[in-house]
Amino acid sequence: MPLLEDGRLVDDAWVSVADDAVLPDSPAILSLARLRRDAAELASRRAPLGLVLPPEVAVAEIADLLPLLSLVALVLPKFRDGRAFTQARALREQHGFTGEIRATGHVIPDQYLALLRCGVSTVEVPAGADPAVWDAARRVIGIAYQRAVVPDSPLSLLRRKLEIA
Amino acid sequence: MNAIAPRAVAPVPPHARTYRYDAVDREFLAERIAEFEGQVQRRLAGELTEEEFKPLRLMNGLYLQLHAYMLRVAIPYGVLNAAQLRQLAYIARRWDRGFGHFTTRQNIQFNWTKLEDVPDMLRALAAVDMHAIQTSGNCIRNVTTDEYAGAAPDEVVDPRIYAEILRQWSTLHPEFTWLPRKFKIAITGAAEDRVALRLHDVGLEAKRNAAGEIGFAVHAGGGMGRTPLIATKLRDFLPEAELLGYLEAVLRSYNALGQRDNIYKARIKILVRDLGAEFAEMVEREYAAMPRDRFRLDPAIVAAIRQHFAPPPFLALNDVALPEAPEFRAWAARSVRPHRQPGYASVTISLKPIGGIPGDASAAQMEVVAGLAERFSFGEIRVSHVQNLVLPHVRQEDLPDLWEELRAAGLATPNIGLVSDIIACPGMDYCALATARSIPVAQRISERFADLDRQLDIGECFVNISGCINACGHHHVGHIGILGVDKRGEEVYQVTLGGAAGNDAALGELVGPAFSYDDIVDAIETILLTHVAHRLPGERFIDCYRRIGLAPFKEALYAAA
Repeated sequence: MPLLEDGRLVDDAWVSVADDAVLPDSPAILSLARLRRDAAELASRRAPLGLVLPPEVAVAEIADLLPLLSLVALVLPKFRDGRAFTQARALREQHGFTGEIRATGHVIPDQYLALLRCGVSTVEVPAGADPAVWDAARRVIGIAYQRAVVPDSPLSLLRRKLEIA
Repeated sequence: MNAIAPRAVAPVPPHARTYRYDAVDREFLAERIAEFEGQVQRRLAGELTEEEFKPLRLMNGLYLQLHAYMLRVAIPYGVLNAAQLRQLAYIARRWDRGFGHFTTRQNIQFNWTKLEDVPDMLRALAAVDMHAIQTSGNCIRNVTTDEYAGAAPDEVVDPRIYAEILRQWSTLHPEFTWLPRKFKIAITGAAEDRVALRLHDVGLEAKRNAAGEIGFAVHAGGGMGRTPLIATKLRDFLPEAELLGYLEAVLRSYNALGQRDNIYKARIKILVRDLGAEFAEMVEREYAAMPRDRFRLDPAIVAAIRQHFAPPPFLALNDVALPEAPEFRAWAARSVRPHRQPGYASVTISLKPIGGIPGDASAAQMEVVAGLAERFSFGEIRVSHVQNLVLPHVRQEDLPDLWEELRAAGLATPNIGLVSDIIACPGMDYCALATARSIPVAQRISERFADLDRQLDIGECFVNISGCINACGHHHVGHIGILGVDKRGEEVYQVTLGGAAGNDAALGELVGPAFSYDDIVDAIETILLTHVAHRLPGERFIDCYRRIGLAPFKEALYAAA
């Protein structure tokens, strides 16, 4: 799947690795089951590790694994399923996670800005997706009425001017 | 889309206490319209599927109903100024069939909307600082409050300030736009609950502690629909500064754990019911783990918003004796409420003429009310959750003139709080979800009790009608609740008694087997005759019911059969 970052398609250095496959020396995304199973040996691994966090698992439950991780992939089973927004925000605000947060599954361009504001850094988009549509979707509204994770500068009252890269 | 020709909009009345937009708010609204217009275009170009477009249009208030699109326009916490009401009249005339429908959530719906007109309608709304944002969809909806806010003698804290803060905070909230289901917040600041706060996803009761500081009792998990539940109190006194942070914790807990596989179990009330006391503990844990300082509500912001709702320039007046004319007195007895300011009163305008559609107002009536608001009420109008309008600040000496004007416009039906002041959802006449008609049932009940003396004799009684289990007509909390359902292709009506929405919130009890469309009005009459036969002198229906219970009503309704 193409990967979107800052409104542009970018190369994806990560590979998803099945639970029974050999772990490559390159950045690898694992399931929660495998990460739990192999946590001890993975602690000494040099190449970056990523985790697929299922929507039903609270971030607090994997807090102990976060020091191992450079990437957390969140899943939207359907675009209407907004649990990933809360997970992303918890990762950033409550657990200080600074690695990549990737939104995967069924995501639509109209959600891009909100995902960014919740702390998501990259989005897996459908093959053939036009990055210009996604980039436009994150820029159409430049004012927000509440604090979130993306940089912004305060205006008066609750209002903030969003600073989109 | 073609730009709509600019139309001169009447200036905002200087003393109307609506939140006043500035350049930032207007820029935001223009951006939001551009976003929606782009979404319509992408749908037309096939870039968005209908499944993907549907929640996007809903979040902008656009429903597909039985015969046409319906646009639901937000009236934030039910507060309007005269220029806004005039613009709603203009929209009704230009893009609808000359009327609008005020809802139980203090909004207005236009039932005959064309998709291609919507961006122009949104621009016409934006011209008076209005919009349709989050009037539908699985997000935080329009916050509702007391229609007598800023006027009621029993008000402790002005709820409009916090309703506006919540409106802003919830607008396009990045985390809470794809919730399991819709989320409704009501807030009151008065001793008497006039907002049904225990029947909302979150109900807030603004109050003061012994030190005079403002805080909120927080109730969560109330609601109607298929599984009606009274809310649980989470906090008795949440300090003002913590309002937004704590609500973030409530919403975050719900977003993470609310059911998403069954639409009827997706509201927060199911989560609260199933978790019991654990829900409040979970919210507290979530709140404790949050960077609370980021969410603190700055007192300077509260002070700035409070300025928008400063009292209008009331004159120093004394209360006056009202004229004796019987017709005027009959109207005033039902429609006029005491005001905190001597010499003033609040006036409820009935949108329930005998045989009419509850909550409907014609464009001409809206214009009349706008004019009367300018003349008599500092240019301000409120929408009540019982689908009436309110002029909040009327000089008592002006009441006879106001009454004459309302009468001339067909807006002086003296039935506020009586059996013909019915809440009804649109039902099968408009709504794609309905399983039975509600409007004609309301009309027939109203006609049966057209005689005002009879209504007055029966006394205060709230009749609420829903055309399906979703309970938009609040049947669970009607003193008499009527629920229309489909039974093997036939509309039948279940009746509940004893519901209440206020401080004494209660869910109605089912009286027995349902009645046919033809028989339902007789059944309501039988219930009311039973009340009249059993009541103590001056006893209201609800009090009589609580004293004598269901049995006498059951007996009267079913014994003969």
